[in-house]
Amino acid sequence: MKTITVRYFAMFREHAGLSEEMLQTDAATALDVFEQTRSRHGSSEPSGHCKVAINDEMAEWTCDVNDGDIVLLFPPVAGG
Amino acid sequence: MFAIAATDIAVDELRLQMMDPAAGGLCVFEGWVRNENEGRTVERLEYEVYEPLAVSEGEKVIAEAKRRFPHLQACCVHRSGLLEIGDCAVWVGVAAPHRDEAFKACRYIIDQIKVKLPIWKKEYYTDGDSGWVNCERCANV
Repeated sequence: MKTITVRYFAMFREHAGLSEEMLQTDAATALDVFEQTRSRHGSSEPSGHCKVAINDEMAEWTCDVNDGDIVLLFPPVAGG
Repeated sequence: MFAIAATDIAVDELRLQMMDPAAGGLCVFEGWVRNENEGRTVERLEYEVYEPLAVSEGEKVIAEAKRRFPHLQACCVHRSGLLEIGDCAVWVGVAAPHRDEAFKACRYIIDQIKVKLPIWKKEYYTDGDSGWVNCERCANV
């Protein structure tokens, strides 16, 4: 098990009712974290629409998650 | 240069900063807050920005534009916070020796800014409702 911090943004934050939380998890990848927090952020699917960052670097869903990481879950972006 | 602005974008100052004796022209795109979206009347909107990554990703977009279209100066500023109808939401300026690369680089930058940066737009409608733009596809709330 590892301890990570998960941060939610925009719609994800509103749905979760919180902006971040600590998780004890066996998640191996960013996608695992997304799946395990699905009931929090409320998204039905990540690929192609949502993005993830780990420790303030944009990441792929297949990236490893390590103890102490901060995982940022981004709903579809809409700048401009 | 890429930046996030929490208050009105100083478009006149930005234009002056782009002045360059080697440039033959300046191509500017200003994104404005529109009063309608998908049939709904918009009263105002709010941009949420995760600034650390928005800035670093924005700088990457500018750098890639300069790599693709050499000899140009490029700048982009994006708003955060609450905006009213008609406010400037995003400003892109590209000064280049010739118009072709200026137009192309400006288009490249705004297109990339819209899809790559962690920025989210919440619209507030005249009927009192509100919603995150483009999020409904993804979220099953």
